[in-house]
Amino acid sequence: MKYVDEYRDPQLIRNVVREIERQIDPDRHYRIMEVCGGHTHAIYRHGLKDLLPDNIELIHGPGCPVCVLPMGRVDDGLSIVEHPGTILTAFGDMMRVPGTRGTPLEFKARGSDVRMVYSPLDALRIAQNEPDRHVCFFAIGFETTAPSTALTLLRAKELGITNFSVFCNHVTIVPAMRAILDSPDMRLDAFIGPGHVSTVTGCRPYEFVSRDYGKPIVISGFEPLDMLESIARILVQLREGRAEVENQYRRIVPWDGNIPALRAMAQTFELRPYFEWRGLGFISQSALKLSDAFAAWDAERIFDVPGVRVTDPKAAQCGEILKGVLKPPQCKLFGKECNPEHPIGALMVSSEGACAAYYRYARIDEPAAATA
Amino acid sequence: MAIPGQIVECNADDPLFAKVDVAGVRRTINVGLIADPGIRPGDWVLIHVGFAMSRIEEDQAREQLELLRMLGEEMPAMEEVRGYAFSDSPEAPT
Repeated sequence: MKYVDEYRDPQLIRNVVREIERQIDPDRHYRIMEVCGGHTHAIYRHGLKDLLPDNIELIHGPGCPVCVLPMGRVDDGLSIVEHPGTILTAFGDMMRVPGTRGTPLEFKARGSDVRMVYSPLDALRIAQNEPDRHVCFFAIGFETTAPSTALTLLRAKELGITNFSVFCNHVTIVPAMRAILDSPDMRLDAFIGPGHVSTVTGCRPYEFVSRDYGKPIVISGFEPLDMLESIARILVQLREGRAEVENQYRRIVPWDGNIPALRAMAQTFELRPYFEWRGLGFISQSALKLSDAFAAWDAERIFDVPGVRVTDPKAAQCGEILKGVLKPPQCKLFGKECNPEHPIGALMVSSEGACAAYYRYARIDEPAAATA
Repeated sequence: MAIPGQIVECNADDPLFAKVDVAGVRRTINVGLIADPGIRPGDWVLIHVGFAMSRIEEDQAREQLELLRMLGEEMPAMEEVRGYAFSDSPEAPT
């Protein structure tokens, strides 16, 4: 257990905090975005904000898959289960995400055959077990999850399972980061790069952040010491006027990524010309769809999904929170109408959503919404 | 969420699948994303939605398990592993 203790050792943590204090310019305000929802969760769970100087502001990024899925796509997915003989399968997180006519769980309660699965392979198994029904898998997630959908599709094709399809909502992180960097109301100094996504993508795709935008990015692990060390490395880069991609999570993340995973994705998916992200709007080449070779497994083509566009409930400010313009407690619905029991916005659903993380760990200390 | 587990048995008939032990719970997972050289019993891997995503060292596996515990994600992680239903005959916890 030496390794574990090493990442939790209070003395080591104090040393890194001291290094952060040494590197920081007290007259400067730092805005650092953690891209990954797992980091958002860990920051609040560990109370990392309390260890950091006040002039470091952590901005929560778009790296929570259910949070960035627009409501229209939820409606589109749920329209599939209204076709007779269909079974809609989804991960647990997805089951509680509201569409305009309810969540997948509420559809299930009203009699639709919606089932929670823990793996896309479970959905494929249901299709094998129930050959008279059509089983659709509601696929969401970044590059961490897309390879598992890809391998499941390859498996379906290999086994000739034709009563199975994928409603593909996989998104890719790099175009979203570019959109954030291009956004006029976004002022960021650096990024804490995603850990698990990068095990698949590797570090190369982030080179544009330093090359084109002059911002440091440090791919980080999830331990308190990992994240503090990543912040220290960012501060060193900023102080020295450098902007580079650094890999703090080298023990898990290979520089070139996971080659079999990237290959499986290339075999099954192609880039959509554009895709809508909640809060960020339409971003070109930011999402995946099934390639023509897998048209027979593409739920969008099989069921001719309506492609509805729905604006978020007006009062909920998920978009502003996703862009880092507002903090969760500044939303008028936070903790009142919108809470983990009855989420109105998707950011309150997943444990990786900024609102759910705030609600669980930081609510008491935060200022309430400004009464307007 | 990445869950650490140890490979206990490879599937000779279908090398894409292997049996893994996660804190005493044994399930079949897909190992098709692990680069050559292929997976061997005793290897530690990080698991996500039924797939081994990367090979790791044993102490990293312990670290990851500890992290899940600290994030309060240990129970959902075990629930996920228990829930993998694609395996033909999941073994009871040992």
